[in-house]
Amino acid sequence: MIEFKELLMPIVSMGGLGVAFGGLLAFASQKFEVKSDPRADEINAVLPAANCGGCGYPGCMNYAIAVAKGEAVNKCTVGGPAVAEKVAAIMGVDAVDAGERMVARVHCNGGIHAVDEFDYQGILSCRAMNLVSGGPKACKNGCLGCGDCMDVCRFGAIELVDGVAKIIPEKCTGCQACVKACPKQIIKMIPAIQNTVVDCMNNEIGAHVKRNCSVACIACRMCEKACRFDAIHVVNNIASIDYDKCTDCMECFEVCPTNAITANPEMKVVAEVIDEKCIGCTICAKNCPTECISGELKQVHKVNQAECIGCKICYEKCPKDAIALIPVDSKKKMKETA
Amino acid sequence: MENAGLLTIIVSAILVNNFVLSRFLGICPFLGMSKKVETAAGMGMAVVFVMTMAGIFTWFANKYLLVRFHMEYLQIVMYILIIAALVQFVEVVLKKMLPSLYSALGIFLPLITTNCAVLGVALLNDQYNFGLLKTIVHSAAVAVGFTLAIVLFASIREKLEANDVPKAFQGFPIALIIASLLSFAFLGFTGMV
Repeated sequence: MIEFKELLMPIVSMGGLGVAFGGLLAFASQKFEVKSDPRADEINAVLPAANCGGCGYPGCMNYAIAVAKGEAVNKCTVGGPAVAEKVAAIMGVDAVDAGERMVARVHCNGGIHAVDEFDYQGILSCRAMNLVSGGPKACKNGCLGCGDCMDVCRFGAIELVDGVAKIIPEKCTGCQACVKACPKQIIKMIPAIQNTVVDCMNNEIGAHVKRNCSVACIACRMCEKACRFDAIHVVNNIASIDYDKCTDCMECFEVCPTNAITANPEMKVVAEVIDEKCIGCTICAKNCPTECISGELKQVHKVNQAECIGCKICYEKCPKDAIALIPVDSKKKMKETA
Repeated sequence: MENAGLLTIIVSAILVNNFVLSRFLGICPFLGMSKKVETAAGMGMAVVFVMTMAGIFTWFANKYLLVRFHMEYLQIVMYILIIAALVQFVEVVLKKMLPSLYSALGIFLPLITTNCAVLGVALLNDQYNFGLLKTIVHSAAVAVGFTLAIVLFASIREKLEANDVPKAFQGFPIALIIASLLSFAFLGFTGMV
């Protein structure tokens, strides 16, 4: 039989201690309260908690504190517009559009296509490799393929394909950690919707480049001639695309002799007029750079699809949404199979 | 141990009976916080602080509550309660009074609230029947031993970063092997006191 007396002391002492400590902590939290902006905690709660540093602050909490003090609400690249809106709601300001979504891109296709100059046996890291006369690759502006960018990517958005780091645009949050990590500085930000990209950064002269890598830009200017929008230019022995002017028509991709320009040929489209909607305003025909749209005023227009390059200008200009974009196989692909 | 001199207690706690490498207590922060020497030292400082405080408070609780009312069986529960409340209290006070120390200790302070090493030192103090002075010295020395172990370990792991470790051993496996080698080395002190 347990005596009540034996139970009493433990209950009183433990309970007493508990109450005493509880009271002490409650008192301390009042007495030693540090005033902080409650909005910072609220903002921190809606941030993605990735602590990636993409906003320029060492962690989500630090950014939240900065926002509470007046920093812009749209700096979080991971959360994007959705989070910016929530943060703006807490701060009572309008969410300013952070602009087009940008993703990182490794501007190199080299890897197995690039020639090795020597055999490297050392620490397997791009940074260490780069210290040994710029790495084993004969091309000094190419991806070394050790995955320093993969290591810093917190979102699993980078994988190695054929010895080259590839960034998966859907997973990329645009935090630019890889941009900073790449010792070759060949990772740059591009608009997420951009399809046609020059995947080469080597600005040596053509003959040199060609010897070192079979998929490098040799500055032949064929893309420059093919472009109808003045969007691609060879500067300093390397082609570069002005993404503001580029319409993703893939003309440059199709003419590039070395495949230094990458694009997804499945994104190639041609325009087609939806007969029921067309009112014959001729706006599409006037704007078409290849003059492949024909038709009389007030008559239904027609697209000569063999000539259409898929620049989507007519699609954007049509006031009646009477133009549809139909996916086609890239002409280059058709040529190859023919 | 009860009649040992202060120096003996210090040497014993730091080297011979090192908490991490001989008694295998506090392995969690030892492995988790030892990637950089800087964070390891921060953790060590926080442990020194908490262990000494916990040693003092549990000594009083033991003498004036547990022993006096014959409830030694409540020792572990009460110690955990005291240590947890103590750390919480210290954290709140530090935040207000010494913000610089608070931000230096940072996340480590709440992390060691219910660490087995902290509880272990409180229980050992009682086992050895230490007086208040020896309790303070022993608690602090144990914490210094922990700091020594974790800083040594972290500096080895930092060096290891630049080495060509076989893929299967990269990360934690090689860290565990290093820990065991360190433990071997510390076994060399056995029999000193």
